[in-house]
Amino acid sequence: MSTAATESDYIGRLATKFRTCPATGLKVDLAAERLIKANAVAAVVFLMIGGTFGLLVALTRWPAVHLLSSDMFYLVLTAHGLDVLLLWIIFFEMAILYFASAVILSSRIAAPRWGWVGFALMVVGGLMTNVAVLQGDSSVMFTSYVPLKAQPHFYLGLILFAVGALIGCFIFLGTLVIAKEEKTYEGSIPLVTFGALTACIIAVFTIASGAIILIPTFLWSVGYIANIDTLTYKLVWWAMGHSSQQINVSAHVAIWYLIAAVTVGAKPLSEKVSRTAFLLYIFFLQLASAHHLLVEPGLSSEWKIVNTSYMMYLAVLGSMIHGMTVPGSIEAAQRKSGYTRGVFEWLRKAPWGNPAFAGMFLSLVMFGFLGGISGVILGTEQLNIMMHNTLYVPGHFHATVVTGTTLAFMAATYLIVPLIFQRQIIWPKLARLQPYLFGLGAAGISVFMMGAGTLGVARRHWDITFPASDVILPYGYPPIASLMMGLNGLSAILAAIGGALYIAITVGSILFGKKVDATNAVASLGPMPKKIVHEAVTKYGDAGTWHLPGTYVLVGLFFTTFILYYFVNWKYLSELWPMQ
Amino acid sequence: MAIFPPQTRIWWNEPVAKAELVWISVAFLWGLIMFFMMIYWHIYGQQNLSTQVGRIDPAVFEQRTNEFAEKFKVRDEGDTGVPVVRPPPGGDAYMLARTFDWWPVLELEKGKPYKLHISSVDLQHGFSLLPINMNIQVHPGLEHIITITPTEAGTYGVVCNEYCGLGHHQMTGRIYVVEPGQGG
Repeated sequence: MSTAATESDYIGRLATKFRTCPATGLKVDLAAERLIKANAVAAVVFLMIGGTFGLLVALTRWPAVHLLSSDMFYLVLTAHGLDVLLLWIIFFEMAILYFASAVILSSRIAAPRWGWVGFALMVVGGLMTNVAVLQGDSSVMFTSYVPLKAQPHFYLGLILFAVGALIGCFIFLGTLVIAKEEKTYEGSIPLVTFGALTACIIAVFTIASGAIILIPTFLWSVGYIANIDTLTYKLVWWAMGHSSQQINVSAHVAIWYLIAAVTVGAKPLSEKVSRTAFLLYIFFLQLASAHHLLVEPGLSSEWKIVNTSYMMYLAVLGSMIHGMTVPGSIEAAQRKSGYTRGVFEWLRKAPWGNPAFAGMFLSLVMFGFLGGISGVILGTEQLNIMMHNTLYVPGHFHATVVTGTTLAFMAATYLIVPLIFQRQIIWPKLARLQPYLFGLGAAGISVFMMGAGTLGVARRHWDITFPASDVILPYGYPPIASLMMGLNGLSAILAAIGGALYIAITVGSILFGKKVDATNAVASLGPMPKKIVHEAVTKYGDAGTWHLPGTYVLVGLFFTTFILYYFVNWKYLSELWPMQ
Repeated sequence: MAIFPPQTRIWWNEPVAKAELVWISVAFLWGLIMFFMMIYWHIYGQQNLSTQVGRIDPAVFEQRTNEFAEKFKVRDEGDTGVPVVRPPPGGDAYMLARTFDWWPVLELEKGKPYKLHISSVDLQHGFSLLPINMNIQVHPGLEHIITITPTEAGTYGVVCNEYCGLGHHQMTGRIYVVEPGQGG
């Protein structure tokens, strides 16, 4: 290494200021901490904006309320997708990347100034695209399928945002390198960091795909390129659009392991198995573009089948593995703490009053049962004919991205506020309720939209009543469709209350929460299960020789549901008009 | 714990517990079953989209649809001015998507196969046939040709389910299915 490099390295180390976390003993780089705070705050702000838009969408699609005009509806729907699916989630993921690298590894963060450049680009890009949408000429939906054309700054904002996020990814990778060189940890990186690394690698792929398609589209919107092929656009756009959901999966699975570790002391059943499951994501999740192209003309069935199944469902296998190892590690930890009675004492006596744990477990269950199963059904080539572009699609991804990712991130916030912002959660009783309110509302949104979708109700549609004054050839959905949309609206109100509570608690805690110090640090993380030791502990439940009947029952229930629902859909398909 | 490095340094040599191995094997097999189910359905199932697709100039497709409508028109749809077109059983039927209608109205006979040609002349649209809930993506410049066989007489709606602009929700169409020899 050259002298100059050594010198700058030395200065880098000297210039870094650390504090020691009173709860965990980890060394926290203050520069990393500031970046985590900024990204988390930006995330919450965009969640507030995008969530409000979401409520307006649901209230418009409720035929009895039908709140917005059609122009406003399409505008707000575009903004909703943008603000929550992209801005809220990616800002929060940046905070997770910095946390999982610098904080968990007790390392200094790489190039914090670049972190601020990335952050600024993301803020400017996010605002620019929002402005384009709110000006009204860019109601092209989040997907902006060509030849539907938005204003140039719609695309430019997205590009800037992506570049900012890419910088964040490289800072994460740089921090891993620094931590290894400076030996801030022994052996391999922790599982949570490994999960974050998975998310980061997929993010780099995702952002590259985004650049490949958005830059030409931007040039097309300003007139430098004459034509963008519609099918190519979709193929590459979804290499960003769907793969970015795999960033979310990797990130929120990492969060599940994190929260399980902090709240009940869970340790992975097997490092090898959990890490292999993450590795499957890296290898196979990128094929997901095909999920959006199953009923497109111009692509062969062979291509569709291989890609939509992530090469024989190997990425689904990854999620099914986590679906066992996460509850399994919780059960093992609880049994070790003495909760060994029966099949489910470990679950009944879990810290359900701790919003971090409750949010995490709800996220785990609903992501699997609602989001996972529906995703596989939706991604089956022929079954997709019954669901493509119906409300089943948003029903599915609200289960994955809202009850899965968003709820997991909310749960993580109840740890990040005391650990990083060093403030206690205000209103602990309301905070206890929050994951249940939001989770129930979001689950309702998913289920009722999927229900409407099975009746054929179109997504992204202002008015499903088709009044004769508006439409030349009216069509009437069965009345139960309106009922579904009403229930969806009610669920959205419930979720909005849960969401508003989350924002009020988070912002309130950051501003007015009691300071966390050495005396109350662990208590600030919320209620945790007490260790009780009774005779049963020697029978089973020790780590190493674990026996997890509760997890086997849960997994069995999941698998049975999966198989039944899968074949029921084939039955429905066989009743359609024959086509070939 | 998942927030600390693995306790055993050489974690990749640790044995995997039997319960985990069982679940991994079951999940892997289930994946294979789901994978081969799609292939099975291509061979034995009745509902598969065709891969018979061609690039086509939207203007050419529009012209063919016009010729088709002129040739087989049986009446107008009420006072809407939209023709109802009844192609011969076994023959070609055209449906054209544009902002904001599906054109023309088709009348088909129950139990007879038709080669349905669908394409768009402007943006992407979504062909959603209701209430049977059959959904196909429509691109400008690509002609999707699907052989369909209606199984029940009745009036079917066509709704656009790919967002195509501010009049998207006004974009509807219709297909009549009649008993063989009736209608017209």
